[in-house]
Amino acid sequence: MEIGLSHYLTVAAMLFTLGVFGIFLNRKNVIIILMSIELILLAVNINLVAFSAFLGDLVGQIFTMFILTVAAAEAAIGLAILVVYFRNRGTIAVEDINMMKG
Amino acid sequence: MTLTALAFYAFATILLASAVRVITAKNPVHSVLFLILAFFNAAGLFVLIGAEFVAFILVIVYVGAVAVLFLFVVMMLDIDFQQLRSGFLQNLPVGIIVGLILAVELVALVALHYVQPGAGVATAAPAAAVSNTEAIGRVLYTDYVYAFQASGLILLVAMIGAIVLTLRHRAGVRRQQIAQQLDRKRSDVVAIRKVPTRGGV
Repeated sequence: MEIGLSHYLTVAAMLFTLGVFGIFLNRKNVIIILMSIELILLAVNINLVAFSAFLGDLVGQIFTMFILTVAAAEAAIGLAILVVYFRNRGTIAVEDINMMKG
Repeated sequence: MTLTALAFYAFATILLASAVRVITAKNPVHSVLFLILAFFNAAGLFVLIGAEFVAFILVIVYVGAVAVLFLFVVMMLDIDFQQLRSGFLQNLPVGIIVGLILAVELVALVALHYVQPGAGVATAAPAAAVSNTEAIGRVLYTDYVYAFQASGLILLVAMIGAIVLTLRHRAGVRRQQIAQQLDRKRSDVVAIRKVPTRGGV
């Protein structure tokens, strides 16, 4: 059985689902939520690279690198905010983040 | 079953299994380590599909930078993770329902709208002599050079933002004050006294 585009898309779909599931499962732990976001972005990257390879268009891989850039920036800023928050409050529980009453 | 298919199924299985462990592990350090395993297997999938450059970038950027950053933060912060896990089972049903709906939708989408390999735009296939890296470079530095520069700017902003967020001045720490040092004059600090013989200062 030849490995086709739909195999890759199915793997990416399952990975995406696991990422969303992880956000629901670890509602209190910001670090795991950030890791789940990384999993979701990885699923998106797999989708882009799979389409790029099977349709013979390199633009998908270019955009994968842009997504990688944004993901790295997001992780850095998110973790910096987390460190500052922990320094001020002594905890990282998500449900305590209500000072702004948004 | 060919070797490629075997490798695909191995990579995909380990990828999904480690993703499950990322979201269910009790210890966040284990979560980060399983995240690294997931990235390695995703890189393996990319190599299988012929996208070597993205695979290497994935390993270098994600494993080398992002995952290590996560590891640092998890280990540096003194967090009571047992307390954070207290609502784990309570959130499980909602998560399972939402996850199942999402999975069914996505897999149905893939299964129903099966895309024939080679169908679609089929732009000029890269010549066999050109490697994946060179082909990406040719596109990236011509058509997408502005987006490339913009992504560099995003990284700069993220770097400055992270530094500004985490920088703090503690009270009571003596620091070098260069302006003050450069401001010292000889007349302020050196005095020449006449010392009488056998008298001492």
